[in-house]
Amino acid sequence: MSIDVQHQGVAPFRPEIEVEPDEAVTIGDVERPLSLTERVVNNETFQRLMILVVLVVVWEIYARWLNNSLLFPTFTETVQTFARDLRNGVLVNRTLTSLQTLALGYAAGLACAAVFTTFAVASTIGTRILSTLTAMFNPLPAIALLPLALIWFGLGTPSLVFVIIHSVLWAVALNTLSGFRAVPETLRMSGRNVGLGGARYVGLILIPAAFPSILAGLKIGWAFAWRTLVAAELVFGVSSRSGGIGWYIFEARNDLDTATVFSGLLAVILIGLLVESVIFRAIEARTVNLWGMQR
Amino acid sequence: MTDTNAPLLTVDGVTLQYKTPRHLVTATYRVDFSVHRSDRYVILGPSGCGKSTLLKAVGGFMPPVEGAIRIRGKEVTSPGPDRMMVFQEFEQLMPWKTVFQNVLFPMKVTRKFGRAEARERADAAIAKVNLAQFRDVYPHMLSGGMKMRVAIARAMALEPDILLMDEPFAALDALTRRTMQQELLSLWEQLRFTVLFVTHSIEEAIIVGSRVLVLSPHPGRVRAELDAGGLGYGNIDRPEFGVMAKRIHDLLFADGRPKEAASA
Repeated sequence: MSIDVQHQGVAPFRPEIEVEPDEAVTIGDVERPLSLTERVVNNETFQRLMILVVLVVVWEIYARWLNNSLLFPTFTETVQTFARDLRNGVLVNRTLTSLQTLALGYAAGLACAAVFTTFAVASTIGTRILSTLTAMFNPLPAIALLPLALIWFGLGTPSLVFVIIHSVLWAVALNTLSGFRAVPETLRMSGRNVGLGGARYVGLILIPAAFPSILAGLKIGWAFAWRTLVAAELVFGVSSRSGGIGWYIFEARNDLDTATVFSGLLAVILIGLLVESVIFRAIEARTVNLWGMQR
Repeated sequence: MTDTNAPLLTVDGVTLQYKTPRHLVTATYRVDFSVHRSDRYVILGPSGCGKSTLLKAVGGFMPPVEGAIRIRGKEVTSPGPDRMMVFQEFEQLMPWKTVFQNVLFPMKVTRKFGRAEARERADAAIAKVNLAQFRDVYPHMLSGGMKMRVAIARAMALEPDILLMDEPFAALDALTRRTMQQELLSLWEQLRFTVLFVTHSIEEAIIVGSRVLVLSPHPGRVRAELDAGGLGYGNIDRPEFGVMAKRIHDLLFADGRPKEAASA
């Protein structure tokens, strides 16, 4: 029979149905707050800390097994050296010197990027200039310019600032420009609809709308700058008294004091982590995450 | 008192052209129409008839090649807050501002109202579209229909001469779209604003519009201007509604050639 019905291409008759939905009690709670353990385990910071702990344990075990502090000091030894140099102020001094130079170079780099991007937004020829320059200089490692900088500016902060500017400028300018370009047409039109133009248009519409890209540029720029600075300091210290963190590492290597080299590297890593996960995270949480422009 | 009988917006022999990288496209050809105060004026046509381009031209984003667009007798040359646009996409709300800040923004920028008055007006507009409890929420947390309501509230708070709506409900699902059409109509009942509304749906045109301008496809030319004031949700199942829909359908497909999505 059923086969017959199918052959005729007619579905069987069925009555219409209308029901009141059940109370969804059988599943237990429809919604309940997560327990403390669940929340801690799901927490990003907690997970990242756990990864660090695992890395440290692996390091300690390997170094103990190797038992050669000239090649690979243990974690405890590194931390002791680190703590010693923190207390006697050497590490703090070196780090502050580095950070000062970095701040100067980073700020100057951002200022240059702002000038270039303004020019690029304002005119087509500006866009062409910026994209050509970026294509040329972005792949050029900043550190490769150091010999040239030394000839032009001599041993000292100006040379360092010059290479940092080079490492920051192109990354930030490129990201900002592509961010401006990606601002949706609707948003642009709705800005112009209320009569915005010129600097107010850029400040009130373009910059906030492109903020995710701008922030990404700032992050990349910061990482490039920090890298370049440490590398440049390895080549020369401003003077042995006021050298930065790179110089601290270089000196320790000359003394075959590997634990101190490790403690210098630890400082470089810690500062990188700190800036990334404290400063930039805070900016993100207050801006792009809050606005739903980035997850 | 002749002033009230003069049209608010006149479009006079307007030809619009735009360039794509390969072609010069004529979007509309010598289109004439006029919109009066408190009209719900709908421009209806198949895709590619230049209806959105026409709306952009009224918004001042595009100068006509020929003819003129006048609002209150003044020629339109640039975008301005007297003609607030509501776009199809939801990107028109600024993601970095809350609902309240979004509604406040045009009033702040144009300085049409004082600080305190602007804030009051923003709150009133948000209450009017039933979003008072979402006042301090960012747009990404709202549904499509709610974003649309914020966009309308923002435009209305500024008290523009005319509201320009470019297929505002096209991106919504069918159920939300119905709700939004009804809400637009009930807002209009309260405030009697003037709206110029672009759509490609015959049904939407009859429900929303009091006047319907039917454009022919590519380039857009005026095919008819019909009165749909008496037709809406109340008589969607009545023969008159069907007759009107059929009439518009025949106007759009008169030459018998199948055209792209002219009904939805």
